[in-house]
Amino acid sequence: MMKTKIKVAIFLLLGYVFEAQAQHGNVLIKNATVITITDGIKQNTDILIKGGKIEKIAKNIKAKGIDVIEADGMFAMPGIIDAHSHIAIDAVNEGTNPVTAEVFVGDALDPYDINIYRALAGGVTISHAMHGSANAIGGQCETIKHRWGVSNPEELRMQGALRTIKFALGENPIRSHGERGGIMPSTRMGVEQVFRDAFSQAKAYVKRWDDYKSGKDKLIPEYNLRMETIADILSGEIMIHCHSYRADEILMLMNVLKDFGINKICFQHVNEGFKVAPELAEFGAYASVFSDWWAYKFEVYYSTAYNAAILTKNGVITSINSDSRELIRHLYHEAAKTQKYGGLTDNEALRLITLNPAIQLGIDKRVGSLEKGKDADIVIFDKHPLSIYSIPQYTIVDGVTRFDISKDPADMRIEIDPNEKFPAFYEAVDHEHDDSCLQGLNELLFEK
Amino acid sequence: MKKKYTYLICLLLFPLMNFSQQITKSEGGIFLLKGGEIELLDDGRIQADLLIQDGEIKEIAESISHPGATLINCKGLIVFPGMIDCGTKLGLAEVGSISLTQDHNELGQFTPQMKALTAINPNSVNIPVTRVNGITTVLSTPSGGSFPGTAALINLHGYTPKQMYAGFEAIIFNYPSTGRRGRWDRRSDEDIAKDDKKSWEKIDEFWGNAKLQAEIKEKAQLNNSEINYKPQLDAMNGVVTGREYMIIEVNKESDILSAIKWVNKNKVKAIFSGVREGYLVTDSLVKYDVPVITGPILTNPSKNSDHYNTAYTNASKMQKAGVRVAIRTNETENVRNLPYNAGFAAAYGMGFKEAFKAVTIVPAQILGIDSKYGSLERGKIANIFVADGDPFETSTEIKYLFINGFKVPLESRHSYLYDEFLEREPGLSK
Repeated sequence: MMKTKIKVAIFLLLGYVFEAQAQHGNVLIKNATVITITDGIKQNTDILIKGGKIEKIAKNIKAKGIDVIEADGMFAMPGIIDAHSHIAIDAVNEGTNPVTAEVFVGDALDPYDINIYRALAGGVTISHAMHGSANAIGGQCETIKHRWGVSNPEELRMQGALRTIKFALGENPIRSHGERGGIMPSTRMGVEQVFRDAFSQAKAYVKRWDDYKSGKDKLIPEYNLRMETIADILSGEIMIHCHSYRADEILMLMNVLKDFGINKICFQHVNEGFKVAPELAEFGAYASVFSDWWAYKFEVYYSTAYNAAILTKNGVITSINSDSRELIRHLYHEAAKTQKYGGLTDNEALRLITLNPAIQLGIDKRVGSLEKGKDADIVIFDKHPLSIYSIPQYTIVDGVTRFDISKDPADMRIEIDPNEKFPAFYEAVDHEHDDSCLQGLNELLFEK
Repeated sequence: MKKKYTYLICLLLFPLMNFSQQITKSEGGIFLLKGGEIELLDDGRIQADLLIQDGEIKEIAESISHPGATLINCKGLIVFPGMIDCGTKLGLAEVGSISLTQDHNELGQFTPQMKALTAINPNSVNIPVTRVNGITTVLSTPSGGSFPGTAALINLHGYTPKQMYAGFEAIIFNYPSTGRRGRWDRRSDEDIAKDDKKSWEKIDEFWGNAKLQAEIKEKAQLNNSEINYKPQLDAMNGVVTGREYMIIEVNKESDILSAIKWVNKNKVKAIFSGVREGYLVTDSLVKYDVPVITGPILTNPSKNSDHYNTAYTNASKMQKAGVRVAIRTNETENVRNLPYNAGFAAAYGMGFKEAFKAVTIVPAQILGIDSKYGSLERGKIANIFVADGDPFETSTEIKYLFINGFKVPLESRHSYLYDEFLEREPGLSK
């Protein structure tokens, strides 16, 4: 009995040891064309990874007792970062109130979601798992590393990433609350007031606590997690990522933020961002856009695939995101479209899926470029990543190879439903790209 | 001094600038594409001139001269046949979420008499957005019930459906699916089987009636007598008698096999569309010579257990096994991504030549319009684009576009918004 217990204990302990080792790998990548993003392109260059970090980028690095990836003729670039996705989470929308700042998608992480692996197979190492867009102030989001293979949801989190929260403007909060529930907002005017109300209440909440702490007020204020969260937005600790489409509503939110002294925001989708690019640049707002989605609803009818290029050329830090478990598999191709629509240079295009999203998520000190000391999140392509013929060969997260095309059996599921005789076949939904920000609500509200 | 010149140049250019959101008119006439490389698909590329006259390719030869022709310098450029997408809703839908702008889905399970050509909006904003990427011809298809209507092939230029019509129509049959409609579809396997049985009871009855109607019509014609007006059944006349093609949307392995049996039993001239699991049944598709319109390529696998590249490789696997495969987008506003869907098929096994054929000559052959479309040959309709490189690469620029012999401007809402807003006036100042 005792022996078994000890065995189990040793086994578990070993498990932890292996797990810990698995989190941070050592690899030597040989003879790649290294696309650093911040320091040009280096031909026939090696990358030495130790303890999950980039230790050295140079020619002819010698290292013993370490896994080697022979990358002759291949292209190594920073792992792709998706600033807007909904994979690896079990719940997207808490659509019960126009303000739900207290909820957190990080409480619903699903490390078994097959879409993590498929994203890795497209070179994506980090994604921003976002709350949906049903509410003007939605829930908090989680930046995850695609450590496919782990079972503990905790291990998906990118520790130390900036805290973020989802806001939403326009049709989605209006449909979800005004149209359905008969409560504000049912217009874009109402959306503005939801923010002003929430920020004002949070300011008053902070003042009550300040007064109590300074002894000015003897009564202990009631603790309110929603207000605590919004207070963290006011103090700049949480960054807003706001679902938005139309130029007017983008300007509206920037005006509201100015009034409340908030100076950090990343607009998401922001299909009409190109119309107010100078204002976005002046505010210092970021933009995270689709490469070419449009016309799937009225508020994106007057948009253009040249959005990313116009924003970039106007000095707005811009990224290209997926918001889709399909697009996330080929963000390198989505970025390449900015060469067709606006003629961005190779480096400008690649920044849209590496360093720029890293800046938008507040993780650019650690990822987004290939530099000494940064996390070893790297994807290796067989051809230049902006070519349509390019196929990811290895995707490395913290020095651990999580995708290797040469060791890639068909069925990569970790979790298999024991009641399922055959894996379910899903017909393609007609329009797979109606923005998945309303996931969870679509079925409830809009399917007949 | 400099300022003066700038002012003068501006004044000169002023009439040429277009401030409205309308597309510039296309140009008709005789065009001589000089000195380009001509893409001849299986015959490779040759250095030659190409003459467009009367809407057709009049001549392809090493050196052509024609005094009346507008000269188009194609030196260093490649001349390609326009791409064909055999599965779109282009012209039938404008704004995705607004049902009043959607004309592809009529009420009812059995509405084959609904004609896509009737509802195509020649002025849809989506059309210029699509054609500037080199797509010149698309099949616009109704959707919805079992027999949602009759699809129509259109050229992406013209002001009436008649001007746009490219000579092919076909009834669509959505083969009953035993798959799941989405992740929210939690029916048990038994329930799915029950639903399938119910669907078939109705389809069998409808098909039986359509056949009966065809027989009655045949006899009535012999006697020169009138028959009752039954538009749903009359519309089926061509397909139940095996004279006309029917496009059958079918995707799941077992459904494809079942559809092949059904087609043979009922002697239907069939083209399969979708065919997401075609790679699993290539033997049967080849044996019964079923042509396939597959896509999108840029889509998720159908099963969680599938290899991540299943959708990327499906077209290639079918083509290599000997199936005639055309590639579609199944899109509306982003049909413009057809070359990139083909590009992914090319990257994942098909190679450029076969993938480009899958969006040009192969669809033309499958629809039986290859005497007029799908390649650059003398006498064919002048649907042509000229590019500075591989049309599957996003860095490639399209320089000229011809549809029905008209030189079509490379403009769309997207390019207009770019021109207007790249350097907005006024910028930040008031």
